[in-house]
Amino acid sequence: MTTVAVKPATMAQALTRALRDAMAADPAVHVMGEDVGTLGGVFRVTDGLAKEFGEDRCTDTPLAEAGILGTAVGMAMYGLRPVVEMQFDAFAYPAFEQLISHVSRMRNRTRGKMPLPITIRVPYGGGIGGVEHHSDSSEAYYMATPGLHVVTPATVADAYGLLRAAIASDDPVVFLEPKRLYWSKDSWNPEEPAPVEPIGRAVVRRSGRSATLLTYGPSVPVCMEAAEAARAEGWDLEVVDLRSLVPFDDETVCASVRRTGRAVVVHESGSFGGPGGEIAARVTERCFHYLEAPVLRVAGFDVPYPPPMLERHHLPGVDRILDAVGRLQWEAES
Amino acid sequence: MTVMEQRGAYRPTPPPAWQPRTDPAPLLPDAEPYRVLGTEAAAKADPELLRTLYAQLVRGRRYNAQATALTKQGRLAVYPSTTGQEACEIAAALVLEERDWLFPSYRDTLAVVARGVDPVEALTLLRGDWHTGYDPYEHRVAPLCTPLATQLPHAVGLAHAARLKGDDVVALAMVGDGGTSEGDFHEALNFAAVWQAPVVFLVQNNGFAISVPLAKQTAAPSLAHKAVGYGMPGRLVDGNDAAAVHEVLSDAVRHARAGGGPTLVEAITYRVDAHTNADDATRYRGDAEVETWREHDPIQLLERELTARGLLDEAGKQAARDAAEAMAADLRAHMNQDPVLDPMDLFAHVYAEPTSHLREQRDQLRAELEAAAETAPEGGTHR
Ligand SMILES: Cc1ncc(C[n+]2csc(CCOP(=O)(O)OP(=O)(O)O)c2C)c(N)n1
Repeated sequence: MTTVAVKPATMAQALTRALRDAMAADPAVHVMGEDVGTLGGVFRVTDGLAKEFGEDRCTDTPLAEAGILGTAVGMAMYGLRPVVEMQFDAFAYPAFEQLISHVSRMRNRTRGKMPLPITIRVPYGGGIGGVEHHSDSSEAYYMATPGLHVVTPATVADAYGLLRAAIASDDPVVFLEPKRLYWSKDSWNPEEPAPVEPIGRAVVRRSGRSATLLTYGPSVPVCMEAAEAARAEGWDLEVVDLRSLVPFDDETVCASVRRTGRAVVVHESGSFGGPGGEIAARVTERCFHYLEAPVLRVAGFDVPYPPPMLERHHLPGVDRILDAVGRLQWEAES
Repeated sequence: MTVMEQRGAYRPTPPPAWQPRTDPAPLLPDAEPYRVLGTEAAAKADPELLRTLYAQLVRGRRYNAQATALTKQGRLAVYPSTTGQEACEIAAALVLEERDWLFPSYRDTLAVVARGVDPVEALTLLRGDWHTGYDPYEHRVAPLCTPLATQLPHAVGLAHAARLKGDDVVALAMVGDGGTSEGDFHEALNFAAVWQAPVVFLVQNNGFAISVPLAKQTAAPSLAHKAVGYGMPGRLVDGNDAAAVHEVLSDAVRHARAGGGPTLVEAITYRVDAHTNADDATRYRGDAEVETWREHDPIQLLERELTARGLLDEAGKQAARDAAEAMAADLRAHMNQDPVLDPMDLFAHVYAEPTSHLREQRDQLRAELEAAAETAPEGGTHR
């Protein structure tokens, strides 16, 4: 028997590999954005692509997000499959006009004649000590826009699989990359990439019986840590990694919550008007008779993303999650 | 009548002889960047101004070096240096009257300091303890702006408002070469020209937007040429010639104050350091290019001029260096103190009155901090 040494790879490397494989498999795939060429992107996710595929396939664009996404629309109209990089979460906002007015509704307004297979890669979320505009969690804006898929990996393998699936999708996909997990590693073999995950499936990362933590992206490792810590309290927590916010995997989520009877949604973005409200409502609508307690949310505060020195107070951490789990032993207030 | 018949019937009236609204010729920038130092124009320059510029450049260079050093010590989260670009930074601050406004980009900490903002406060954003460390109204400096070019329409709006109120206030807005590609840049220029707003746009063309060279940013003959299409003058200046930048910006400010409307100034300079301390510039440029620009250093250019004219001796240079060193020592001392932050500040200024859910969240955090303080009196960690 031969053992294959499995190299630990980072999430950023898995994303690079996914882009490379997609470009090699389909000449219609074009990567574009600010600094994606010579520099390989500020997070080096597009490293080497310009060299390998030429600057027409991996293009340093002028510095203009509306222009990047707007021209991608035209390229997609003409049969290409653009993968655009928005350098940071909060720098994608100039492109919202294109995203909301055109990208998200082109299929619908043309009765299916003009689908736009565009992948929009957005590094998002906090925890890396970035100054203002480098830590936003903007998923709620994307989720609120019909016509967009919204996905976010939490593991190295998913980063590869989901990005391949996003690029293969005939619909626009907002691909949110949790930037604080870029350097996370696990034993994923870049030479034998995992099969492509279909978009829209959640996955149970850890099974348990006491309660379900519903989470995604950067909060998945935090929830896994919380689940470990909860054992000391006698709680056996299940962790569901949503992976895809749109479409939403009601099946996996509800199966889990019906088993455990209790749920907490965990994410970095603010709770008011945030993704957790939608998720809690869906779970309540579908699992009401199974629930032993209200679905709780542990989220970032409803404040503009704070400066680095205060972000640890803002981001949902293990203690806050455990507090919420404690409150799930819910009894009606008298 | 069917639509097609209607279309067939449509006859546009022939246009009257077309006239451009403005003659583009006087708006066009000169082919060569304007220079003062080392030319005949230098003889006309005010010696006192040149000396002031010199002292400020030396101080600015020292500030850049000190701030960069602070990133290495972990005292600053990030610093985008303006080493090599000091002439633009200093001139931008010096040409403004007290009542005028400066709208800096994220790179322009030095201009903010030269405008009078406390050096430590100017670094607050980059240090990571708050988003803007200074009171924008105290020195009339808008917050350092991280998204590119978004401050430019603000500058136009402020200048317009001042004029509506009858104040002769000018706004000077700074942007990089890359930022000129953003939609906000174009919209700001257009509004400014249509409104004849008293604004000066200063583009510091330092060659790169992170890794992307100017040639990939624009196909225009120069960035200053962009002005003409909006109906304002474009001026090209050697951005390493402090006297020239000062003169061109002063002209533009005077023109704006007198009701002449906006000007776009492109200063040609170079980013000697990497984009920020986190950037690896060797990936996109060679040392030879950087060396050429080092030889065209703004401080040396001015020093040569001053020395040749007998306006600066060794003692004068030493005095400038000593003043800069004192500033750096003071900055170091202040930056080496840990800032005292109150986590409750998270909720302090989101709205004029905190909303009910913010009050709830504030109480939650307070309870958490109290609980943490009880279990770990040293101010224990919060997981
Ligand atoms: C809207 C927006 N997009 C992207 C960025 C990320 N970013 C920060 S600085 C920079 C390059 C800016 O280049 P330039 O305008 O030439 O100014 P310089 O850094 O050279 O002073 C980029 C792309 C940003 N800050 N804002």
